[in-house]
Amino acid sequence: MPTTDLIAEGEGFHTPSLVDFFPPAILFEGTPFEFTRVNMIQVLMTVAIATLFILAFRRPQVVPRGLQNIGELAVNFVQTYVIDSIMGEKGRRYLPYLVTLFFFILALNLAGIVPGLNLAGTSVVAVPAMLAVISWLVFNIAGIRKHGFGQYMKVNLFPPGVPIPVYILLTPIEFLSTFILRPITLTIRLLANMMAGHLMLVLFFAGAHYLLLEADWILRPLGLGAAAMGLGVTAFEILISVLQAYIFTLLTALYIAGAESESH
Amino acid sequence: MTRETNPQAAEDDGVPEGIDLFLPPFYDIFWSAVCFAVLFWIFWKYVLPKMKTALDARSEGIEQKLEQAERERNEAHVLLEQYREQLAEARSDAAQIRAEAQAERQSIVTEARTEAQEAASAVAERAEVQLSAEADRVRNVLARDVGRLATDLAEKIVGETLDEQKVSATVDRFIADLESVAAEEQETR
Repeated sequence: MPTTDLIAEGEGFHTPSLVDFFPPAILFEGTPFEFTRVNMIQVLMTVAIATLFILAFRRPQVVPRGLQNIGELAVNFVQTYVIDSIMGEKGRRYLPYLVTLFFFILALNLAGIVPGLNLAGTSVVAVPAMLAVISWLVFNIAGIRKHGFGQYMKVNLFPPGVPIPVYILLTPIEFLSTFILRPITLTIRLLANMMAGHLMLVLFFAGAHYLLLEADWILRPLGLGAAAMGLGVTAFEILISVLQAYIFTLLTALYIAGAESESH
Repeated sequence: MTRETNPQAAEDDGVPEGIDLFLPPFYDIFWSAVCFAVLFWIFWKYVLPKMKTALDARSEGIEQKLEQAERERNEAHVLLEQYREQLAEARSDAAQIRAEAQAERQSIVTEARTEAQEAASAVAERAEVQLSAEADRVRNVLARDVGRLATDLAEKIVGETLDEQKVSATVDRFIADLESVAAEEQETR
């Protein structure tokens, strides 16, 4: 790497780069089931969040205590702020999917600031893309089940109240935005946020590490500033983790509600 | 849509280029799908049903408690009414008993007073009767004694024994005279 050439001593400054997101395989190398550090992070975070919820509801009490309170609060958050506010009472059937979606994304996002993991499980394209595809299937199937295929397409592609010639322009745009762009924007929004978060964290912490331990003494005070920035970015990453999980879940709920609604 | 494992398009540092950046390798999809499926299953089959059970039990418990509270409040209300009624009843009973007792006391006092008065007047009457009987007796005794004394005196003066019958007749006449004189004296006084 070019930067290492400029630094004569020590390990040098670790430049954050795309390499971080494509680690070498740990297990099953060369097979279709290759297992990398990112996959390990995904599995660990899944186990962590699953354990948390299983423990919370292992012996649910009528009067909740401790973890059960947290678990109920967490599930109720999704139910209140995603489902009830957008889909109302009939959205309850999507609770299992939306709750899973929210906590899966949240857990994988938070891995980005967990010491030792330091990489969000959502910062490889597979996870956001897979979730976007599932959400795409869920909202389309919901719409088709509600209206039938023809009616669903008609509602989506030929919104009423428009002069017929306008459809020449409108229908391709609607098709593109509903069926093509939705999953792509879901994917890229989440992926880019988590990648950028990782790059910023690495930039500041690697910078602080280098400035404090290896740079000229005159530059060392700057390391403190970099470390402080790293701390700030970490806090910011917590916010982004929650926010991106919320946005992904909220948009999925919105798409489902839109697909099930009578008029588009 | 999946990229080959160990992509051909990758540089020597393993980073894919161009569109390959956005084409996930199969293993990434596989592992994240497994994670997601497991988590979904846990939420769907375990966490959410358990939470629902707990929440339902809680709602039911709250409803039951509210109903019970309502029931108990009604019961308490009824009891309170009963107590109030009983209290009022007891108060009126007490007042009645007090009035009765007062009346009874009055009658007892009156009765006792009458009785006492009767007894007193009976005693007085008896005393009077006794007194007058005594007076009669005394008067008789006195009359006899005075008669004998007069006779004795007369015998001594006359010096002879008078015929018994005549004597007693004379004495009686004398005494009668005496009595009438005494009565006259008494009247004039």
